[in-house]
Amino acid sequence: MPVAEAKGLKKYYNGVKAVDGLDLVIEEGEIYGLLGPNGAGKTTTILILLGLTEPTAGEVRVLGHNPAREPLKVKRLTGYLPENLGFYDDLSARENLLYTAHLNRIPEREAKKRVDEVLEMVGLADVASRRVGAFSRGMKQRLGIADVLLKEPRFVILDEPTSGIDPEGAKQILDMIVRLRDERGMTILLSSHLLHQVQQICDRMGIIHQGKLVAQGTLGELGAVVESGEVFFEVRASRVDDALIDALRGIEGVTVAEREGDLIRVKATSDVRSQIARAVIQCGADLLELKGHTYTLEEIYLRYFQG
Amino acid sequence: MSAVFWKELADHLGSKRFVIFFFLILIVGGASTYLAAQALSGMQQASEFIYLRLFTVSGGGLPSFLGFLAFFGPLIGVVLGFDAVNSEFNRGTVSRVLAQPIYRDWWINGKFLAGITALSIAVASIILIIVGLGLYILGFPPDGTEISRTAMFFVISVVYLGFWLSLGILFSIVFRQTATSALASIAVWLFFTLFLYMLAGLIADQAAPVKPGVGADVFAKHESIRNLVLRFSPVALFEEATTAILIPSYRGLGIAALLQEVTIPTSPLPLGQSLLIVWPQLVGLVALTSVCFAISYIIFMRREIRAT
Repeated sequence: MPVAEAKGLKKYYNGVKAVDGLDLVIEEGEIYGLLGPNGAGKTTTILILLGLTEPTAGEVRVLGHNPAREPLKVKRLTGYLPENLGFYDDLSARENLLYTAHLNRIPEREAKKRVDEVLEMVGLADVASRRVGAFSRGMKQRLGIADVLLKEPRFVILDEPTSGIDPEGAKQILDMIVRLRDERGMTILLSSHLLHQVQQICDRMGIIHQGKLVAQGTLGELGAVVESGEVFFEVRASRVDDALIDALRGIEGVTVAEREGDLIRVKATSDVRSQIARAVIQCGADLLELKGHTYTLEEIYLRYFQG
Repeated sequence: MSAVFWKELADHLGSKRFVIFFFLILIVGGASTYLAAQALSGMQQASEFIYLRLFTVSGGGLPSFLGFLAFFGPLIGVVLGFDAVNSEFNRGTVSRVLAQPIYRDWWINGKFLAGITALSIAVASIILIIVGLGLYILGFPPDGTEISRTAMFFVISVVYLGFWLSLGILFSIVFRQTATSALASIAVWLFFTLFLYMLAGLIADQAAPVKPGVGADVFAKHESIRNLVLRFSPVALFEEATTAILIPSYRGLGIAALLQEVTIPTSPLPLGQSLLIVWPQLVGLVALTSVCFAISYIIFMRREIRAT
């Protein structure tokens, strides 16, 4: 059973599509990188997985539970490090963590033990009694990871864990994430807009753009897709039959033509929209809609991820 | 929920603003009570319900403790509530706290309960200090009626301050900036403590102008319109309710009561009868507080948790 699974996930904010038909599967014990530019829908997807926001449409399962229906069961097993992480500045690091422990109903004695443990692990044990207000950004981020580990989650979601942190601090955090997978067997979902920074540690990655997952796979697989420079089209015709599909496949440059409900998805190596339109008409059907994704993966990659 | 409750309570009791306002009210209240006690000890016949009169009698140019509480009490309530939610949004603690296994309403309920508890502690200690001061000056203990009426006064005060707390929390949810919600709370406070009194007089003057030579019915109408408008104000409700509780001979409002006072003996009423007189005011206060909290609750439950 996958740790987290989303099918046809959609979330509209006042008509704006934040997430638009996203499919996602995260397997046990992997580090999955959700990559995309700012505003691509990464945080919204994460909030839906946690049950902090209800999806407009689509199905979600996290550790076998529906986060919208059983948020507590999901939250008990899932640790979340938000993007704009905040602590109570007047309280010390230890007090902040103890509050989290109390919210998780960890018994007092156990809570104190675990707080010391996680502070030790993230290297903040010697500043545990200092006010968090005096912490640097990197220290706060590490404290955030300690906060996530406190409840001993099976599934950890980290939203932009390295943004705004200097390279040295980012490396420390990434090393820590790898240790969580290797030593504690946790499944990790991390989102980032810095592909070059996180690509080394992710087992698999999904590239999200305008609310859709445009590519998914290991670094090698993604690289292959990017190099091929593929373009995607969605075709809607009044009548879809095998002859039409075959005709589309016959167009030069088309690599894949698949039927999906009343929709045909076409992958091609160049812009073949006029050929597609002609093929549909020649098959005796009316062309209702022809949507071309104007971007290629390469464009996205170059524009956003090469830092 | 208890985790939220205890943390918020500790925050309130340790916060500088709470301590400042607590001592402000304590000093002002103590001073006015001291002056009231001085004024009372000068009188010969005023031995009945003297502890209750400590709260209502003014002396030496200062208003009574009751007046102070009606006027400044709202500030304590508002101060505890105005940044309850939006400051958590601004600090970015909301998403971290709500990602823990708690229901969203536990959080806001815990905040409200902690605020009410902090207010109760403040009001109870101030009242106890005043009674202690009275004991020191007057030299004899309060009797049972006085104690029960003081307890009732305490309950009404907490409900009244609770209204302002929930108003503050409501604004802290509606407005993203703490400064905006603080200003909005203060605007509402000024409106109810100052402007509504003027407005009530104005409306009554328009609806039933009192001119020389008009009959008693016009006076009565004028007065009842004024009271009707004032009933919308929690400040006026609180003043009416506590007046009836703290002045046992108080028989109600309006010109009818004034006219009857000539013919009816002004003997003190039992607590139950006093409560009966101000029952509508009490229900009104509780309703205002509940409505205010209910609105905050609904808005908060629907609010998106995006850290923008």
